[in-house]
Amino acid sequence: MSALLRFESLSKAWFGVPAVSDLTLEIAEGAALGLIGQNGAGKSTLMNMIGGVVEPTAGRMLWRGEPYAPARPADATAAGIAFIHQELNLFTNLSVAENLYIDGFPTRLGMIDRRAIRARTEEILARLDLAVSPDTIVGELSPGERQLVEIAKALHNEARLVIFDEPTTSLTPRETQRLFDVIGRLKAQGRTIIYISHILSDVARLCDAIAVLRDGLLVDSGPAEAFDVPRMIRSMIGRDLDGLFPPRTAAPGPTPLLEARGLTQPGVLEDVTVTVHAGEVVGLFGLMGAGRTELARILFGLDPVEAGEIRLDGAPLPAGPRGRIARGLAFVTENRREEGLMMEASIMDNLGLVSIRDFGRGPAGLIDRDALAARAEEARRDLSIKAGDIGRQPVKALSGGNQQKVVIGKWLMSAPRVFILDEPTRGVDVGAKFEIYALIDRIAAAGSGILLISSEIEELMGMADRIVVMSRGETTGALARRDFDRERILRMAFRETAA
Amino acid sequence: MHSTVKAAKTKRSLGARAADVFLSDYFVLYMSLAYVAVLAPFLPVLLAPANLSNVLSNMWPLLVVAVGQTFVLAIAGIDLSQGAVVGLTSVVGAMLIATMADPVVLANAPVWGLVLTESGGPFGQMEWGFLLGIAVMVAVAAAIGAANGASVAVFGMPPFMVTLVGLISVGALAIYLTQSENIRHLPDAYVMLGKGDIASVHLGPKDTPQIPRRQIHSFVTYPMLIAIAVALLAHLLLAKTVFGKWVLAIGVNRKAAELSGVPVRRVVVLVFVISAVCAALAAVLYSARLEAGRPTLGEGNFLLDVIGAVVIGGTSLFGGKAKIVWTVFGVLFFVLLSNTLNLMNLSSFQIDMVKGGVILAAALLDVLRTRLMRERMR
Repeated sequence: MSALLRFESLSKAWFGVPAVSDLTLEIAEGAALGLIGQNGAGKSTLMNMIGGVVEPTAGRMLWRGEPYAPARPADATAAGIAFIHQELNLFTNLSVAENLYIDGFPTRLGMIDRRAIRARTEEILARLDLAVSPDTIVGELSPGERQLVEIAKALHNEARLVIFDEPTTSLTPRETQRLFDVIGRLKAQGRTIIYISHILSDVARLCDAIAVLRDGLLVDSGPAEAFDVPRMIRSMIGRDLDGLFPPRTAAPGPTPLLEARGLTQPGVLEDVTVTVHAGEVVGLFGLMGAGRTELARILFGLDPVEAGEIRLDGAPLPAGPRGRIARGLAFVTENRREEGLMMEASIMDNLGLVSIRDFGRGPAGLIDRDALAARAEEARRDLSIKAGDIGRQPVKALSGGNQQKVVIGKWLMSAPRVFILDEPTRGVDVGAKFEIYALIDRIAAAGSGILLISSEIEELMGMADRIVVMSRGETTGALARRDFDRERILRMAFRETAA
Repeated sequence: MHSTVKAAKTKRSLGARAADVFLSDYFVLYMSLAYVAVLAPFLPVLLAPANLSNVLSNMWPLLVVAVGQTFVLAIAGIDLSQGAVVGLTSVVGAMLIATMADPVVLANAPVWGLVLTESGGPFGQMEWGFLLGIAVMVAVAAAIGAANGASVAVFGMPPFMVTLVGLISVGALAIYLTQSENIRHLPDAYVMLGKGDIASVHLGPKDTPQIPRRQIHSFVTYPMLIAIAVALLAHLLLAKTVFGKWVLAIGVNRKAAELSGVPVRRVVVLVFVISAVCAALAAVLYSARLEAGRPTLGEGNFLLDVIGAVVIGGTSLFGGKAKIVWTVFGVLFFVLLSNTLNLMNLSSFQIDMVKGGVILAAALLDVLRTRLMRERMR
């Protein structure tokens, strides 16, 4: 097998700070390479160099033995490289066929030759086993189907190298399985794959070779057979993790803090009852579409609810998030970029967002900057947010894990009674995950209650005192820590009658 | 470790240092000074005391309006109705405080006989009546701003549409009220607010016992004090208070602000109220200087001047990035630009073409600056 793509001492630095250093690596034609590393390890920079988004500061790339220096993304496409991103680049208002042909429609007599594009699209979709019409508007497809359309586009462009960047983040288990089948088929056709993911078991299963980046350096690489998940983790973080989860340090108390009873909203929730006690971590599990996030939004007062009641400390909560925040509710949403953070604003401004009123003095609300800075600095140290100058550095410049700590920190500064955490470790690397788990334990040990929503069963089994399972808008069961059992939880989530 | 960092700092490229200047708060001030330095040899009259005094007097009312617009742009909105509010409030104020009125000119106006008579407006004969008039102007503006803000915040309508409608209908109301006539005969105390000097300079020999008025150049004036006071208060409000933090938070990420308990609707309504009230205060300065309430005061290219000045200053059209000091410099540059183009004897059409080009360049600059800042963060 010859090398399809080869990096020779490839480097990229941003204002003197290296993002990728002296990287030498080759990818054999027809192979699948798993690329792993913590957030900020240099994976994205490397991909951007391949894709013509970013120019290397030193070194070079060879594509099929020839020097390859793309100046723009179109050069990469022309060479035969396709990217399947987390955020898909499709036109949701156009049809599947139109999306495939967006960069050049075949014409007949000056008009788009619809018959030709439909026939060709049908043929490609059949290769992917995707049973939708070429005329379907992409906006009507599920995330998994959209991803297959993106792959169809790659096939249409005769891509030799298909790069997957965290492709399974928004897929259901079924869609993920289908994606893996398709990847297998691409390999069988002799196409080369680069697969980037935080889900290490997937990487181990799909790839022939594995390369590990840490701090911009290639720290480990080799055939996949030689890698097991512990070795991957060790290489990624540079040390052994004692365990994936910190031990829980305190037992939950008897006092109920948040009590939701009989919450019903047609089409969303059906008679949902959940209680969170002081010092308790309640895990909420469910498959996609089970209504977990919907429940969180209703508890926080963002969405309407037809029936049921929600109490905090025994008293009913006012309508709307502002009143509930004032009573001590906090909500870390699953979408920290869009709903959690002000990406361009400084770390301090973000930390202060919820509690800023506490720092206002006098009738005009003049901010006591010293008090705010001192409190924010305390939060930074407390959460060990890795940042230089929190007053100037924008949140955008932080890694995913540190960004998530800022989101949690902004709520901690208002000393809430109950935390709702929706997928708090999504898109966060292994090392930072552990820190967030330790933080959850500390918050609970200090007497607050936590509702931890996650689609990772291991995470809930590692951290929760109790797991509540939801399915299609209803609670289908609850288990105490001593009864935790993967299979039982999954059965409840799939609504199979417990044996 | 420490020394290598230091070495790297001193060795920073010229490009990086140019970028520093480009991104600094004072970039537009430097640009204005450079502009004057380049043009002064060709346009000696530019630096003449009479001209400088003129530049300053044009700066103050525009600054007051632009300060209001800065708040709206900060929440990623836009207020197109400011000019119409200037026109309407100047008429409303004038018809309340005029000391007399000419029936030949104004008898056809719908307000004739109701509010305005031959003996002036209802507050015309009171000693402090002009203050009541200003209070009503501010109240009218606040009501318009609240209506704009409520349409945007409560009903979720786009600010562009809401204030465009405001621009047209409020402007039309102003013209309707006086049938497009000016209302003259404003009280002296009011006129003082628009052109009264506190300190003036005379440069040259004192060879006659009386110095002719045109050789005296106003320097410290009432409009200056009023505009500086407004800008200073606005600066404190935007940069130092909880309210200001909320404004910028909404501009950066409205959703995150909402979820973090920021009273988004209330803040948005207040921002539009601030914008309209600033327009009313500017209406005081403009109409006092003109010694008349004029319904068309804020028409034509007024809006271009206001938004252009704020954007040139560096406030982002994308929201979340705004400073009053930027607006001060933006207004200074814009007034200098208009002034120099006038001195070059260009026609008003030519001037507008140049101004339009400069504002487009400023919008491009905004995009470039945002991109440069993003790159620095990476």
